[in-house]
Amino acid sequence: MNFLDILGGALGEMLSPTTAAYALAALGLAVHFGYSGLLNFGQAGFMAVGAYAFAVSTLQWHVPFIVGLLIAVVCAVIFAFILGIPTLRLRADYLAIVTIAAAEILRYIVTTNKLTPLTGSANGLAAFEGGFFDLNPFPPGTYPLGMSNRDFFVRVVGWVVVALACLVVWLLMRSPWGRVLKGIREDENAVRSLGKNVYAYKMQALVIGGVLGALAGMVFTLPRGAVQPANYGTELTFFLYTCLLLGGMATILGPVIGAMIFWAVLSLTQGILYGLIESGTVTFINTVQAGQLRYILVGVALMLLMIFRPQGVLGNKKELAFA
Amino acid sequence: MSTGSTEYSATGRHAAEEPVDYMTDSREIADGEAAPGCRKRDPIVVADNVTRAFGGMNAVDVEHLEIPRHKITALIGPNGAGKTTLFNLLTGFDTPNSGSWTFEGRSLQGVSSYKVARMGMVRTFQLTKVMGKLTVMENMRLGATQQPGERLSRALFKGIWGSREKEITEQADRLLEKFKLDAKKDDYAASLSGGQRKLLEMARALMVKPKLVMLDEPMAGVNPALTQSLLDHIKNLKAEGMTVLFVEHDMHMVRHIADWVVVMAEGKVVAEGPPGEVMKNPAVIDAYLGAHHDVDLGDAQGIKELEAELEADDESIAGTEDAGILSKIKEEEAP
Repeated sequence: MNFLDILGGALGEMLSPTTAAYALAALGLAVHFGYSGLLNFGQAGFMAVGAYAFAVSTLQWHVPFIVGLLIAVVCAVIFAFILGIPTLRLRADYLAIVTIAAAEILRYIVTTNKLTPLTGSANGLAAFEGGFFDLNPFPPGTYPLGMSNRDFFVRVVGWVVVALACLVVWLLMRSPWGRVLKGIREDENAVRSLGKNVYAYKMQALVIGGVLGALAGMVFTLPRGAVQPANYGTELTFFLYTCLLLGGMATILGPVIGAMIFWAVLSLTQGILYGLIESGTVTFINTVQAGQLRYILVGVALMLLMIFRPQGVLGNKKELAFA
Repeated sequence: MSTGSTEYSATGRHAAEEPVDYMTDSREIADGEAAPGCRKRDPIVVADNVTRAFGGMNAVDVEHLEIPRHKITALIGPNGAGKTTLFNLLTGFDTPNSGSWTFEGRSLQGVSSYKVARMGMVRTFQLTKVMGKLTVMENMRLGATQQPGERLSRALFKGIWGSREKEITEQADRLLEKFKLDAKKDDYAASLSGGQRKLLEMARALMVKPKLVMLDEPMAGVNPALTQSLLDHIKNLKAEGMTVLFVEHDMHMVRHIADWVVVMAEGKVVAEGPPGEVMKNPAVIDAYLGAHHDVDLGDAQGIKELEAELEADDESIAGTEDAGILSKIKEEEAP
């Protein structure tokens, strides 16, 4: 068992495009839940909308990359409106029910066999990422951590998008607009009594967080070169909530740090468990079981965090003192 | 439907008047005899046939009600009389089953609550609503109007909203100083005491620069030492040209600051008039106290007399261990 390899693997995992995608989607959840109090349990649905809208439009109509991107964003906006119009006037829990159902409905629709020519059913779609990699400015060669120029390009783009999203969300949340959102999170009737159109603000927040989710879906799917419905199940949303809670709910960098911790813990535990099994120290489980055990350990880590640091890594302890 | 609202086109009647000192203005409030649903010389809110039923029960059934402008009006009545429901209906937080009502001559039927607030009719809540995880200052800023940075399209650029933010902060600083909350301005609102929250909620409502302030039980849970300063604040609102409508159970406060009292019972307006007269009104004493009616509720002497009388009454708990303030007696004695 080589600890340097294990640590290197964890570091590589922290910078992987999947981590960037999780960070971006969790940031969208921070806009929804952390800042506006919108209980969105369908962030996986927003990611699926982004990924499928891009893949379908690229494969069906051969649109250029940038048009595919725009279509994905527009679809996420429409999805947010469909979810928000009937539910945002109601109490927060209704949005939770509708979003979790909508994300599942979406996943079952793309899995439908009748739609195979369009969505590829359970096998999903592939070979739509060409337009993206054609934009790669990095010449072939070896990049840090043994990456190819494709790997490097995906990571640079993914993390630049995360950084830009963080900047925009930070600018928004320090503005009076963000203040109204935080007020809505605390008590929407009080905000209403001060003359603010609560419904419009909630809708705007739902759309912004949803668009971040759709971008995350693209960052998630482009390096894989494939989009499959199984990747967008309900558990994805709960992993995103794990990232959000790990990092701190109403923070900008919390979701990013949370996603990194999430994947680093998964990678480290995998490396250590596999190492122990291969070296014969641990004999009562095999590597397949160890793969499942990692998620149990993530759950334990989240529980420990909630007990000893309930505000998350970056959260403000004072905010919880009155909860 | 009544045609009352059109007759009382507020602007028309108001514009012709000379500037007056609202604190010493002693002109008659009512237009004629004071009676339930009577016309006012200068109403700011006019409600007609406003009803709201919950299940089979009529929570509010107000035939006609006018709130006088530049005056402090108290809305009193026993628990369950429909006072808060009427507040909710007037401010758009609830929708009546029937009726029409206007604010400064503009119909508010079907107008959503945030638009009502923007028109200048701002309310507070019986159960105080402060944004606990925002600081006191942020709570105050939230009340401000005309902040361009509250629009998503301009929120990104501080250059657009920064200067207005400074004005808002100055306005908030002045109000917080008045309400003795300036030392608390960087604390989370959740760390304030119940009474301080009441003050913050009122100060925040004033950030909107309202024309009509509607206070739902501003004294509930407020420490007696703070009561006097709250009373002064409410009186000052009138001096600044605002109209105040408040719900209150504390008769002392009603007598002290109200220019006009509206009494509700079982959803209806049962009496109206200046505080001194209304509190001697048999209908009011009946609604509040049942049989023991020959007392003046707004006066310490009257309350003492009532307590003495209740002590002599075998069925009363007054004078026993359970006897406390009047409200307790009231619950026991109400029919």
